[in-house]
Amino acid sequence: MTLAEILASLFPEGHAVRVADGLVTGRAPFDGAEAAVIGIDGDTPLGVEGALALSRAVLDAVRAGDRVPILVLVDSDSQRMSRRDELLGLNECLAHLAKALLLADRAGHPTVGLIYGHAAAGAFIATALATRVLAALPGANPSVMDLPSVARVTKLPLERLEEMAKSTPVFAPGLDNMVATGAVHAVLDPARPLDAQVRDLIAGLPAEDVRDRLGAERGGRPVAQAVAAAVAAEARRG
Amino acid sequence: MAAPLAAGTDPRALSWYEATARQRVAALADPGTFHEFLPPTERRMSPHLPLFDLPRAFDDGIVVGRARLDGKPVLVAAQEGRFMGGAFGEVHGAKLIGLLRAARDLRPAAVLILFDTGGVRLQEANAGETAIAEAMRAIAELRAAGVPVIGLIGGRAGAYGGGGLIAGTCSRLAVSEGGRISVSGPEVIETNRGAEEFDSRDRALVWRTMGGKHRRLIGGADAFAADTVAAFRAAALDLIGRAPAFDLATLEAEQARLEARIARFGDCRDATEIWARMGVNDPDAVPAMTTASFDETVARVAEAHHDAR
Repeated sequence: MTLAEILASLFPEGHAVRVADGLVTGRAPFDGAEAAVIGIDGDTPLGVEGALALSRAVLDAVRAGDRVPILVLVDSDSQRMSRRDELLGLNECLAHLAKALLLADRAGHPTVGLIYGHAAAGAFIATALATRVLAALPGANPSVMDLPSVARVTKLPLERLEEMAKSTPVFAPGLDNMVATGAVHAVLDPARPLDAQVRDLIAGLPAEDVRDRLGAERGGRPVAQAVAAAVAAEARRG
Repeated sequence: MAAPLAAGTDPRALSWYEATARQRVAALADPGTFHEFLPPTERRMSPHLPLFDLPRAFDDGIVVGRARLDGKPVLVAAQEGRFMGGAFGEVHGAKLIGLLRAARDLRPAAVLILFDTGGVRLQEANAGETAIAEAMRAIAELRAAGVPVIGLIGGRAGAYGGGGLIAGTCSRLAVSEGGRISVSGPEVIETNRGAEEFDSRDRALVWRTMGGKHRRLIGGADAFAADTVAAFRAAALDLIGRAPAFDLATLEAEQARLEARIARFGDCRDATEIWARMGVNDPDAVPAMTTASFDETVARVAEAHHDAR
């Protein structure tokens, strides 16, 4: 689905969501009240300015105190890779955006991510992965790194990686693998209205971070939940 | 495993950069107080690395446990940059998550994260990426509960990729000259954009752009430590006592601080231009400055001092 189609399905009463330089911001009537929307469109990389524009929109919503849902729509590239962005502290700007979403969550805003295109690396962590519940549309392509780049870094032949990717969700790009890992909670049905599906996600928001449990159940992260539980149990034994 | 120390060597005089994760933790804590959770004898190793014909480590490259710091109870995680570049794999990340979750109930005086990481371990990329998101959420919850989370950065692998994002989520950061904090590493930028954009072999450029002195001057870190365990211990004790709250006021202040930085320095091509604009008298002298004279320089730079993190 395109962003315009997604917005039309999320907000059948219309919306005031705008896209400028690949950054999505605005508000719309939603579920009898309003929703705030931020996002990245068009496979756009996220740099220092973009991160701060989105975090400003999130903090504006928190300051308003109305606890409206915040929807985070993502079709992004990775973080913008440049000398200037790192010189200016891209790690602080991306972490700040994630912190703004985590603060909004604590302040009572349901935070819902929706990936509908690409989403990679630092831009993915700072946006969609900082929401309480992350959904995807079929065709979304979340990745940490594409396979040719993985081949370069690991010095393994691309053909072998492609073969391994069929049976090993833990390293390979793609939506199915991120679902198996537990990072993506649910895949939505594009044939049905998205507003009802997002309302259901909000009604069923997990009380805490369930991603490692999902990863164990779905087999994409076979040991993470058990290891975290073992460490926590030892720590609590005192 | 920690190398044996020469007789009579003060462990706190160890070089942070050269020390292993276990040496750092043991010497950072009050003597004899560090107790490791899931120690190497438990052999919780990566289930994935054998697929890639890669060797595994009994601790998956991270040491977690409890200790006392100046008598106060703390929880500690220390990454081992010598194993897979300290990168986040499934077990590695889960050990950090378990520690952060326990801290929510235990309310220690602080959680210390000794970063030494290139970011996500590509052989376990999806697990590593998800663990980084889980860690950031857990840190936000801890900070909101009033537990300071202090990052210490001075290892050979730096704090890159998702490690840089976790660092940016901490309450306070101490960094040494050799510590580097960045999202994209020099090689990644060069591979994607070419050597004209970033020549990764130019070590002085790497240090100026991502190194501890630049991060400290622009306020990306809150303390500058000499490269010894003793200096990092002193910095950690100081930072625990002045951790900012995790609330709207702090994040609005951080928003203003970062916007002001980009407005003021966004047209600078090199760190030396930024330092000059900050009022540093001889910016070209910064990389070679001793810790003492660098401390004097930092004291005069307004951007370096804030509670906006």
